[in-house]
Amino acid sequence: MNPTFDSIRIAGPEAVLTAGALVTLMIGTFTGDRGLRALTYVAVLILAIAGFSLMQAPAGVTQYAFGDFYVADSFSSFLKVLIIGAAAASMLLALPYLGDARTGRFEYPVLLMLATLGMCMMVSANDLLSLYIGLELQSLAAYVLAAFHRGESRSSEAGLKYFVLGALASGILLYGVSLVYGFAGTTSFVGISNVVAAAPARSLGILFGLVFIISGLAFKISAVPFHMWTPDVYEGAPTPVAAFFSAAPKAAAMGLLVRVLVVGFGAMALDWQQIVIFLSIASMLLGAVGAIGQSNIKRLLAYSSIANVGFALVGLSAATPKGIEGLLFYLAVYLAMTLGSFLVLLQLRRADGGPVELMTDLSGLSKVRPGLAAAMAIFMFSLAGIPPLLGFWPKFAVFTAAVDAGLWPLAIIGVIASVIGAYYYLRLVKIMYFDEAGVAVISDGGRTNGALIAAAALFCSPIGMLAITPIVSAAGRAAAVVFQVAG
Amino acid sequence: MPLLSLMILLPVLAALVIFILPGGDAQRARVIALGTTLVEFGLGLLLWRDYATDAPGFQFVEKLDLFAPYLSWHLGIDGIALMLIMLSVFLMPLCILASWTSIQKRVPEYMAAFLLMETLMIGTFAARDLFLFYLFFEGGLIPMFLIIGIWGGGRRIYASYKFFLYTLLGSVLMLLAMIYMAGVAQTTDIGELSRFDFAPDVQIWLFLAFFASFAVKMPMWPVHTWLPDAHVEAPTAGSVILAGVLLKLGGYGFVRFSLPMFPDASAHLIWLVFGLSMVAVVYTSLVALVQSDMKKLIAYSSVAHMAFVTAGLFALNTQGIEGSLMMMLSHGLVSAALFLCVGVVYDRLHTREIARYGGLANNMPRYALLFMFFTMASVGLPATSGFIAEFLVLIGLYQTSTWATLVMTTGIILGAAYMLWLYRRVVFGTAAGDDTRAMHDLSTREVVILAPIAAAVLWMGIYPASFQAPMKPAIAAIMTRLDGRELATLPTWLSFSSRAAVVADPATPEAAR
Repeated sequence: MNPTFDSIRIAGPEAVLTAGALVTLMIGTFTGDRGLRALTYVAVLILAIAGFSLMQAPAGVTQYAFGDFYVADSFSSFLKVLIIGAAAASMLLALPYLGDARTGRFEYPVLLMLATLGMCMMVSANDLLSLYIGLELQSLAAYVLAAFHRGESRSSEAGLKYFVLGALASGILLYGVSLVYGFAGTTSFVGISNVVAAAPARSLGILFGLVFIISGLAFKISAVPFHMWTPDVYEGAPTPVAAFFSAAPKAAAMGLLVRVLVVGFGAMALDWQQIVIFLSIASMLLGAVGAIGQSNIKRLLAYSSIANVGFALVGLSAATPKGIEGLLFYLAVYLAMTLGSFLVLLQLRRADGGPVELMTDLSGLSKVRPGLAAAMAIFMFSLAGIPPLLGFWPKFAVFTAAVDAGLWPLAIIGVIASVIGAYYYLRLVKIMYFDEAGVAVISDGGRTNGALIAAAALFCSPIGMLAITPIVSAAGRAAAVVFQVAG
Repeated sequence: MPLLSLMILLPVLAALVIFILPGGDAQRARVIALGTTLVEFGLGLLLWRDYATDAPGFQFVEKLDLFAPYLSWHLGIDGIALMLIMLSVFLMPLCILASWTSIQKRVPEYMAAFLLMETLMIGTFAARDLFLFYLFFEGGLIPMFLIIGIWGGGRRIYASYKFFLYTLLGSVLMLLAMIYMAGVAQTTDIGELSRFDFAPDVQIWLFLAFFASFAVKMPMWPVHTWLPDAHVEAPTAGSVILAGVLLKLGGYGFVRFSLPMFPDASAHLIWLVFGLSMVAVVYTSLVALVQSDMKKLIAYSSVAHMAFVTAGLFALNTQGIEGSLMMMLSHGLVSAALFLCVGVVYDRLHTREIARYGGLANNMPRYALLFMFFTMASVGLPATSGFIAEFLVLIGLYQTSTWATLVMTTGIILGAAYMLWLYRRVVFGTAAGDDTRAMHDLSTREVVILAPIAAAVLWMGIYPASFQAPMKPAIAAIMTRLDGRELATLPTWLSFSSRAAVVADPATPEAAR
């Protein structure tokens, strides 16, 4: 068969998404903003098709396409399920918000689909160049989304800030790529791993390139010290967009980081482990401490996402299959928790019509909307990692990996950071349950969002523990694949 | 019939029913909660009836690999767990009754939180899997946080944070130790781990990590400061559960984990436990003497009693451990009853200031009688449960460290001092005001709450064997783990006698050599 045709078949989800994005864009230009609702449903359908097209690939087989630029394996499939699911949720949750005329533009689902395409590309990248293409496609769509609320200066500021800093990070990343290419003579992950493994006395140039690549990617996952943009962008961007940023791109960039480090630079694990450990400790601590002073919920959730990235990186620090398994499990649960929290915010509206953003807006919520308050409390306790909620178990998984790898300081600092972090999650619970009702809050979301909240809350509740076995075994297979290639 | 699973799941289901049924009717929530807790008590009695008293090992074992690879739904009880489960299910309906009229705000949520507490408590005692234990052990924080924070008094928010963060910090270190143990021993089964020999130097670290958690839960001096705050601000029933059952989790942890899993470290670190216990008994008893708040006084007395528990456990002989367990049961009943007694007068006068009371013997004779009975039980009068417990602890402790026994004994004297003085100021003398004089005596509901506890305290004091018998095989199993371990060379001021410095239990025949 024609090799190009074959490649397209292997890259099924990406092909579906490309075609779908172009078609919806074309329809959108004709219908204009009136077609937003219909286009969103079409886009969700296309995402679903892309998701199902993952299943036609033979399970457990690694396939390469486009001259080894692209790889489809259990690892990429696992992450693509998460990414597509989170992207579909991000589309649906935006509908009530976009009903507002100022922001209701048909480009929203199209941009989200393009970003999803970029993210799928990222987790399937098998070469530094395809990595960069995926990353930029996702980032460019994200820059536009951050500034989506055109009439508001905060949103434009967020978009601009994100763009300038993101461009800087991309530059750093590209510089690292060029260094690695210069010293290794190849951009393919497998090629790099051969070069690195063959030369025990490591080239300083490759090491430099590695540091730059990690820095560029650390910006995308908002790990400390490359996190500065996160709170500002989350605060300024429209809430549905902030929800999207906190979920799918984190999973994609994290997957990318894992694949680059483990497959490409697996033989240099001792070198990058210390960098990742530093990123992890710094993110956990700063995420925990930085959130304490916040009064804006979106900023709070931004710091929470920084801390969570730190916890997920604990799994990568271990550099073992068990650690990557924990990281993937962490991502799966984290997406549900963070999307759920944002969904609750979107479901509410202040009595004066403004969006709910300040923590005090939620005071006494448990009396007005007990169901929503209970869901939010579940997400908060779950984010804090209190058993028996599901959020405890991914933390457990990554710390198990760290302890098994003998990384005691990391594990001890990590659990202490989780106790510090518990403080501000508790504060939100306190505001909802202990305080008297303050600003009147009206509920404003659709039924779809209500169902999504219920599903996420159920998943994060102790009942979700029944999902541990299937998710962890899938994550385990995905993690094993990465190490097979590396080994 | 999977009795333990049923006991664990039933309260959750009831809580869901209360929470989900529309309307949020307060009276219906109360009735459902009371009915459920009574059924739980009935199931607990079935459990006791079917429990084979003399058989060693775990009974009612259930195992389902639900949550592989992290943990399994693995339950089972020995005599110690059985007794503590009985204590929990016994106190729970009384708590619901005690809150029947005093809680008027958000009743359905309140009842749901208490039912969740019941699930988590029973789960903690019945868990046979290391991480299942942790799940229930830590899960108790959430409902307790809400109970203190929503229905507490003036400084409830401060108290709820302090309670939550203190206990969480202690527990996460234990979690790391658990993760390490599961990795080394390649099992999460508590029974197997109790037979696994960790290297003695590793044991010290593991012991300290577990100690960080249990000492906070216990609570031991100097990490006890969350307890008075939490107690004072919690509603009456919250205090009852806190003192009656939650404080037992620390002691249960020591018996279940520290002693059998780290016997070398336990024997080696008795100086640490004795030292802290001795300070706790004297210091908190003195602090209790000067309290002007009734609940705070009883809270400090709890810390002192818990110091008896730790000292007795680390006497590392049969009498000491048995006495400590009896102390846990006795304190669970007596302190619960004392908090209920405080609740009775608090409901009438809405203050806990001791100075606002006085002369209650005149207008509340029935109350005065019951309050005196529980005061005496707390002091350790013979024929009450407190006497048996203190006596056994001191006998056990004397064989290990005479000096420690001497110091602990002063705790009994000081205990009598502050309890009797409290009683004198509240019940005798003249009334502080007209409102105090106008307080009416116990209602039928209040008698129904206090009388069963009084009966249980008497039963335990007169015929303790029915409570001790199921625990004996479990204690014997722990002693076989401890036998022959090298004791720490205590400083001379701690070890009076010059006996061989190994654990030698006079109660077991082979130790008579």
